[in-house]
Amino acid sequence: MKIIVLLKQTPDTEAQIRITSDGKNLDTTGMKYIINPYDEYAIEEALQLKDKDVSTEVILLSYADDSIKERMLKGLAMGADRAIQIKNDELQEVDSLTLSSILVAAIQQENPDIIFCGKQGIDDDNMHVPVMVAELLALPHVNVVNKIEYKEKDLVVSREVEGGQVETFTVSLPCVLGAHKSLNTPRYANLPGIMKAKKKPFEQKNLSDLGLNAIVLQSSVQTTVDSYKLPPKKPEGKIFRDEELQVMVDKLVEHLRTESKVL
Amino acid sequence: MKKVLVFCEQRSGHLKSSAYEAISAAYQTSSDPSQVEVAACILGHKIETLSENLQSKGAKTVFTYDLEVLNNYNPLAYTEALSKIIDEYKPDVLLTIASPMGRDLFARVAARKKAGLLTDLISIHTEGDLLKGGTKPMYAGKVLAQVSYTKNCSLRMATLRPNSFKVLDKKEQGQRVSIKSPLSNITSISFNTLSQSEGTKVDLTEALRIVSGGRALGSRENFKILEDCAKVLGATVGASRAAVDSGYADHSMQVGQTGKTVNPTLYIACGISGAIQHMAGMKTAKTIVAINTDRDAPIFTIADYGIVGDLFEVVPLLTKKLQAIL
Repeated sequence: MKIIVLLKQTPDTEAQIRITSDGKNLDTTGMKYIINPYDEYAIEEALQLKDKDVSTEVILLSYADDSIKERMLKGLAMGADRAIQIKNDELQEVDSLTLSSILVAAIQQENPDIIFCGKQGIDDDNMHVPVMVAELLALPHVNVVNKIEYKEKDLVVSREVEGGQVETFTVSLPCVLGAHKSLNTPRYANLPGIMKAKKKPFEQKNLSDLGLNAIVLQSSVQTTVDSYKLPPKKPEGKIFRDEELQVMVDKLVEHLRTESKVL
Repeated sequence: MKKVLVFCEQRSGHLKSSAYEAISAAYQTSSDPSQVEVAACILGHKIETLSENLQSKGAKTVFTYDLEVLNNYNPLAYTEALSKIIDEYKPDVLLTIASPMGRDLFARVAARKKAGLLTDLISIHTEGDLLKGGTKPMYAGKVLAQVSYTKNCSLRMATLRPNSFKVLDKKEQGQRVSIKSPLSNITSISFNTLSQSEGTKVDLTEALRIVSGGRALGSRENFKILEDCAKVLGATVGASRAAVDSGYADHSMQVGQTGKTVNPTLYIACGISGAIQHMAGMKTAKTIVAINTDRDAPIFTIADYGIVGDLFEVVPLLTKKLQAIL
């Protein structure tokens, strides 16, 4: 079996997000990057299939600049077999659909049985790519996956929807599955894994290697991010302390009723 | 005249009331609302009665696509059905609410129709009679981004965050269009089941009131204190990542960057210190109440009201007080 895991790097969840003075970009000075947390569940799910059948090949794929190598090495250290970086130096700003079409061009060269990815990037929070990649490949998809049962011919896949409810589908291979947090617990890379990772194939491709052209792709971009701002700061709140509990609770409820009128 | 099509979600024969928010938002997609024609569509099975509600809320035309395969969500069947309605109505703008189904479906339809898609907008911006774009939270709300469509975009699609658009009182005497033409035979994916949630719990992302607990709860059993309070308030119970990682609460209850981003009118944080990733997911709540023993906990910096005290003492008193007045 051949599995592709789509990878993205994002700022660390604990990172403060700062904006450049012109408001047009994020200030990435000193920003710490991680593998998009949901993508780690995708890698783990692929590796669990490899644990069961060693002939399974797990390939990491990303459209990124060269700094992705560190993230790729982590994925390889966890146990993936090889990594492909599609270099984004000719075209950095793409929308989800253009990005998906680039990824699809690389996926089609590999012909995988399953494509795993995180359910969303924790940066733009769009949840577009897993679904769009599937549509462009004319494959079924399930996103926000919290459970997969591997049957003989197909998969029974659960996805989390509102109120903790779960929708279950039967899906045939090949397919695209977007991993949710509750799918598994990602393994840590151990020292032998880290040593081996450096020797594993790390391939860099240009858009032209995929038969793509940056100018044509640019003209397919239909949405852009124009500027950023920080959410408005709230005025200082009323914090009650050092009084009898009942008095503080009464005051709180009174304010909720008369001042903020939420009760 | 600009044509706006609104996808209205039904589950198990119940129309999501947030659909009315999307229909109201549809009238804001041009600077002159009188130049907007709004149509709504519902996919499902035996859904005729649902369309009447939509007509009375501002949709001039209501399309119903009624087939057994559409009874529950199947991404491929829904994509094909909605695409057929798009081909028939030829809208300039396509809207829905950013629910799990709405977000999933719109990403697939955008890829099929080669459309531009903006997701999870909290407001929309116009330029003349054109929908220009909108504002969307990114990094779970750590920043707000101005996003827009490029001039290459023909069909403008957007999903809207629940509780962000006011429902207008608009009435239309419109027509209903019923579609029953068969879809292609889909074999690669089929719907099996939708588990029933306990009771009629409102999802965190759509809840108007949330009572949330952190690691200080100390155990799964102790969440009962919050549930009692939530019951009185008609609220949904949430949890911090620390509480979820400690096994005190299910991941579906997690609020924050790797959980859910919520937007209620009242958020009561109990024993939550306020990690950056947690606050990112809830700070747009209209009124935030923090209950914590540590006056220096970061959660107090974004709280409208706070009580410095032990949640195990404060919350039961609060529940009792609310019981008396609500």
